Amino acid sequence: MTSQLFIQYLFAGITYGSIYAIVAIGFNIIYNTTGIINFAQGEFVMLGGMIAISLHAMLPLPLAIGLAVIITMIIGALIEIIFIRWLKNPSVLRMIIITIGLSILIREGALHIWGEGVRSLPYFNGNEISTLRIMGTNISPQVLWVIGSCSVIVALLSLFFKFTSLGQEMRACAANRLAATLCGISTKNMVTFSFMLSAGIGALAGCVVSPITYTQYDGGTPLAIKGFTVAVLGGLGNSMAAVIAGLLLGIIEAFSVSVVPLAFQDAISIALLLTILFIRPHGLFGSKEAAGLKEF
Amino acid sequence: MKTRKYFPIFVLGLVLAGIQQLTQMTGTVYYLTQMTMTTYYALLIIGLCLVMGYAGQISLGHAGFFAIGGYTSAVLTTYDLTPLLNNGNSFISLLSASGLLVSRENLYGEALLSVNPWIACITAIIVTVVIAFLIGIPVLKLKGHYLAMATLGFGIIIFRVVLATEIFGEADGISDVPGFPLFPGIIVNGDFSNRVQNYYIACILLIIGFILLQNLIDSRVGRALRAIHGSEEAANAMGVNTSRYKLYTFVLSAVFAAIAGIFLTHYNGGIGPSEAGIMKSVRYVAIVAIGGMANLWGALIMAALLNFLSLRGMFGSYDDAVFGAILIIIMLFAPHGVLRLPLWHFFKKSSSNT
Repeated sequence: MTSQLFIQYLFAGITYGSIYAIVAIGFNIIYNTTGIINFAQGEFVMLGGMIAISLHAMLPLPLAIGLAVIITMIIGALIEIIFIRWLKNPSVLRMIIITIGLSILIREGALHIWGEGVRSLPYFNGNEISTLRIMGTNISPQVLWVIGSCSVIVALLSLFFKFTSLGQEMRACAANRLAATLCGISTKNMVTFSFMLSAGIGALAGCVVSPITYTQYDGGTPLAIKGFTVAVLGGLGNSMAAVIAGLLLGIIEAFSVSVVPLAFQDAISIALLLTILFIRPHGLFGSKEAAGLKEF
Repeated sequence: MKTRKYFPIFVLGLVLAGIQQLTQMTGTVYYLTQMTMTTYYALLIIGLCLVMGYAGQISLGHAGFFAIGGYTSAVLTTYDLTPLLNNGNSFISLLSASGLLVSRENLYGEALLSVNPWIACITAIIVTVVIAFLIGIPVLKLKGHYLAMATLGFGIIIFRVVLATEIFGEADGISDVPGFPLFPGIIVNGDFSNRVQNYYIACILLIIGFILLQNLIDSRVGRALRAIHGSEEAANAMGVNTSRYKLYTFVLSAVFAAIAGIFLTHYNGGIGPSEAGIMKSVRYVAIVAIGGMANLWGALIMAALLNFLSLRGMFGSYDDAVFGAILIIIMLFAPHGVLRLPLWHFFKKSSSNT
């Protein structure tokens, strides 16, 4: 493998890896406040891309993306308010089935609204063939957009959770719901807010990646599974570890293309997921004791 | 006691036969095609009901087992072994000498040599059992979200493999699968003249499966499974070998799925990758949930009703959406199944009081 090819694969891996990391962080935000895995997480990414593409027909690109993120956040909040907020102590099995049902409904809704066709946003800078020279290889500027926006999302999120009072309230809710309630935090609103937040970052990721990977109505499920793989790889609930795990999975996947056929690429990440689940279900960076206390 | 237990099954048999008579009388025999398919799907669903309802383990990969059964049988009965035999492959000639191969003519009148359907069927079941064991041993150690994702992942791997492998026909699937002669004169295929016969084959298979499961649930194994569902730790403490019981039920239900796959493949004369899709697995889970999880009769009735409506195309292009919506509504408002809604309890109470 030439060094040029190596760097190409590396950049492809980091690009996809940062999207997986964003999806995984979306999983983690909801998991931390509610203890459930939102199987419809990948659908937020698809929705963000689709809505932005439709809006872009009449609005300039930044406005279309901004509006798409806000609309997806509203959808996320509505989902929580309609389907989850009023349930009393739902079992894990029940929540799994409800969120799977939601993901099917969103996907089928998207199919009937936007059809089966593949769509995409235009490149933010230049077009398909414009390139930048980095380390001796040609890289599309969109790759830098994806990596840049994902880094900004991660940085802003960690600042948000550390320094704003809303972020601290959400962390309190994650640490101990009962204690948070006793401190006067409305845990129910925090859950709604966590759905909005993860829908929002998912939608933004869906917009920036749309020119490269294209957006299709059924693109959510593979993303959700890879995002989950990453979340488990880093240790469920640990957002910063998810970033490292996401880049790791992206790079493994990118380099696997040179060994196995493209059609089996999805199978590789799933095989990795199964292996991790069997060997280290608490993740590469998680502690076994902490995982033992959580309810899956 | 015995008569009380078998009486509902006797009624089921009567109802199934009555349906056939009804279609004969009203001149709607063509409904039997979908009913036969529905019956095979129902066989898979009561098997899944055992795992989900009684052992309490979610499986989002049962379409995978269905596909393993169907595809193995389809490949073995359609793959032409003549070139291998002519090349002097000793294994093939041994098979041929022991009468395990059958020759038939293809669409163009050329001779085809392929494996006897019975051998193909048994091989498919063995393959399923092996894979179910290999997957079940690690997967069933997981719980909740992890178990759901792991089984979903298994289903997707099967789907991807089927879609990307040439011998499985890639996106086209396998067609021209020959009929499955169970006994002389009794054959599983999609011929119009055999429609009534095939309907009864499917019904008998379903009833056998049902009796088997019902007896299993009423036995020591069933009590152990219910204990696992209630609390795995408590069951373990009482001396129930929880992991072994979970594994055996998982494998048994995989075999149910594989048998459904084998028979349906021979009946339809082909199988496509959509049978291995995630939506199929989700649909099976949905039907078990609607039936009330730990309720074989509920699963059976709902499987018959919903699969038949879906196969008749009643839901149009909203087919998947209907099942998604049903899943959500049932889980929100009736997590114990439609048959256990308060409404029914009200009826039961008022009828027992009078």
